[in-house]
Amino acid sequence: MSERPDFSAFPDARGHFGPYGGCFVSETLMGALDELKAMYERLKDDPQFRADFDYDLAHYVGRPSPLYLAERWSRQLGGANIWLKREDLNHTGAHKVNNTIGQALLAKHMGKPRVIAETGAGQHGVATATVAARLGLKCQVYMGAEDVERQKLNVYRMKLLGAEVIPVTSGSRTLKDAMNEAMRDWVTSVDDTFYIIGTVAGPHPYPQLVRDFQCIIGREAREQSLKQAGQLPDALVACVGGGSNAIGLFHPFLNDESVAMYGVEAAGDGIETGRHAAPLSAGRPGVLHGNRTYLMEDDNGQIIETHSVSAGLDYPGVGPEHAWLKDVGRVQYVAANDNESLAAFRELTQVEGIMPALESSHALAYARKLAQTMSPEQNIVVNLSGRGDKDILTVAAIDGIEF
Amino acid sequence: MRRIERCFERLAGQNRKALIPFVTAGDPQKEVTVPLMHAMVEAGADIIELGVPFSDPMADGPVIQLACERSLAHGTSTLDVLAMVKSFRESNSDTPVVLMGYLNPVEVMGYEAFARAAAEAGVDGVLLVDLPPEEALEVKPIMDEHALDLIFLVAPTTSDARIKLIGEAGSGYLYYVSLKGVTGSASLNVEEVAGRVETIRNLAKLPIGVGFGIKDAESAQAVSRVADGVVVGSALVNQVDKHQNEPAAINQAISDILSAMRTAMDT
Ligand SMILES: Cc1ncc(COP(=O)(O)O)c(C=O)c1O
Repeated sequence: MSERPDFSAFPDARGHFGPYGGCFVSETLMGALDELKAMYERLKDDPQFRADFDYDLAHYVGRPSPLYLAERWSRQLGGANIWLKREDLNHTGAHKVNNTIGQALLAKHMGKPRVIAETGAGQHGVATATVAARLGLKCQVYMGAEDVERQKLNVYRMKLLGAEVIPVTSGSRTLKDAMNEAMRDWVTSVDDTFYIIGTVAGPHPYPQLVRDFQCIIGREAREQSLKQAGQLPDALVACVGGGSNAIGLFHPFLNDESVAMYGVEAAGDGIETGRHAAPLSAGRPGVLHGNRTYLMEDDNGQIIETHSVSAGLDYPGVGPEHAWLKDVGRVQYVAANDNESLAAFRELTQVEGIMPALESSHALAYARKLAQTMSPEQNIVVNLSGRGDKDILTVAAIDGIEF
Repeated sequence: MRRIERCFERLAGQNRKALIPFVTAGDPQKEVTVPLMHAMVEAGADIIELGVPFSDPMADGPVIQLACERSLAHGTSTLDVLAMVKSFRESNSDTPVVLMGYLNPVEVMGYEAFARAAAEAGVDGVLLVDLPPEEALEVKPIMDEHALDLIFLVAPTTSDARIKLIGEAGSGYLYYVSLKGVTGSASLNVEEVAGRVETIRNLAKLPIGVGFGIKDAESAQAVSRVADGVVVGSALVNQVDKHQNEPAAINQAISDILSAMRTAMDT
C-alpha cells in the first residue's frame, strides 16, 4: 500500500473494509439490517441521541474510565511506561457496556420490546441484561453450553438481572454456536426483537456501530495521554476476540502515524499446536456470521474449533475491520498463549493490586514483552478491557482449588 | 436452453407444478445419496436440491443442523458432493440439480474453480443462503459463464424494491421462504403465501418455488395451487434421521412422502 488510506472513512456505504465486511445473511434479515442502518445513519449525528448516550456513559457507566500508570509494574519490567485504560472500572466490569448502552438506545428508538444477545465470557450477556433491566426490555441470552459451565458466576448474574440464559448445545458449544443460535432466533422474531451483537463482527452495520460506540475508549485515552503523559503513546495494546475493545482503543489513533498498535489474539496451547483462537495469526479469509474476514477453517471451508483459557476470546472469526487493518499493515496482530496470559494475570494482581480479566491478560502478556524492548521515556497504553472476578473459578481450578 | 428453464417450461405445458425435494448430501453416509436422488426422481421429483453440508448452518433448524453434522462426521466435502452429482448424471440427464448451502465452502475453493467443477459435474443451479444479490456481484458473471443459475431467496420481509432487484439478479427460479424462521419451523399460512406469491409475480419474471413449512401432501397441494414449485426439505430429512441406522429404509420412506405429494399436486 503506497498511500495511507483515511481510516476514518471506512466502511463504505455497503459495509466493506476493502474486501472484508459486507452483509452476508439470509434474505429474511436484509430488511431488518436496512432498517437498522437507516436508523443508525439518522441518529448517529443527532445531538439528542449523542447527548443521551454521553449522559448514560457518564452517570450510569461511570465514564471517563481512568488512565492509570502502572508505575511499579513498569519499573519492575525496566522498559516503557505501561498505562492501563481502566475499562474494568466500568459498571458491570468490562468495556462491553459501552456498546450495549448504545444499542439499547437504538432498540428503544426502533420500538422493539425484546432484545437478544450472544455471549462467550458472559460479560456481554451481563451488559445486555443490565441495560435490558434498566429499560424494561425482555432479554434472552444465548451462551454455549461449555461457557455456561466455565462462567457460572456470570450466568447467575444474568439470571438475577431478569434475563433468561439459553445454553446452546450444537457444534462446539461455545461463542460461535451461541451466535448461530441468536441469528436463528432473530430470523424468527425479527419483527419485535433487537439483536444486540457484542463485538465488531456480524453483518453491516454492526461492525461499524459497535466500533463507534466503543471509540469512547480511544477518544478518552488519546486526551488523557496528552494530558497525563504530555504526548501521544508510542504503542497501543489490546486483546482481540471479536475485536471490539481493540478497535475502540485503536480507531481514534489510526491516523496518528507515530502510534504503533498491537492486537493480541489467543494462542491457546500455542499457535503451533493448532489449538488456539488466532484467525489473524493463523487463519485465512472466508465468510461467517454475516461478514467476510479471517477465519479458522479447514481445507473444505468448515469452521474449526477454537481453544483458549479465556471464553471471551474463544471465537474462530474476528471483526472485518481488523482483517483489513492487518492486510494494509496498520496494526500488528500477535498472540499470547494460555500460560503467558495466566502469568500476566497473577503478576498484575500481585504487583498492582488489579485483577484483570483473562481476556485482558492476553494484552498484558504481550505488553510486558513489548515494554522490555522499549525505553523508560516511551509509553504504552494497554486496554484493561475487564476485571477478573468472573475468572476466579477458572484460575482456582487451574490451581487445583475447589469451592 | 438451460435445464431448469426447460423443466419449468415443460411443466407449464402440462399444467403441472414442480416438486422439489431437498436432502443433505452425504447424510447419513456418502453411498446413500446417489441412489436416493434416483429414487426421488422415480417418486415424482422434478428438480433436486442437494444440500452441501456446512459446520455453521445459521439459517437452518435442528433437523438440517443434525443432517450437516452427520454428513460432516465422515468428512463430506464439496468435491464429494460434486462427485455425487456426476455419478447421478451417468443415468439421468434431465433432472436439474441445484446445490444449496452456504458461501464459505464455495469461497474456499475459489469462485472460478467451483463454478467450473460444478458445471462439469452436471450441476444446474446454486443457492447460497448467506449470499444476497448485493454481495453476489463478483460471483454472478462467473456462474453465468458456466451456465449455472444463481438462485436467490425472497422472504416475507423482502420489500417490493428488493423483490425487483432479486428478480433481475437471479435466474432459474426464485425461492420464496414462506415464513419468518429457520428451516423446519411451524406450518405455513397458505393464504398469506398466496398473497405474497401474487406480489412477487407482478414484480419478477422468474418461476416461483415455495419452501419452508411444507410437510405433507396436503400442504404441498395447497402451495402448488399458487406457486410454480413446491420445495420440501425437513420433512424428508426427518426420515433420514429416523432411519439413520438402517439406510436401506430411507429411499422407501422418502419416496412414500414424495409420491403422496405428487399425486395430491397433480389432482
Ligand atoms: C473483558 C473482555 N475483554 C475482551 C473480550 C473480547 O471481546 P472483544 O475482542 O470484542 O473486545 C471480552 C469478551 O467477552 C471480555 O469480556
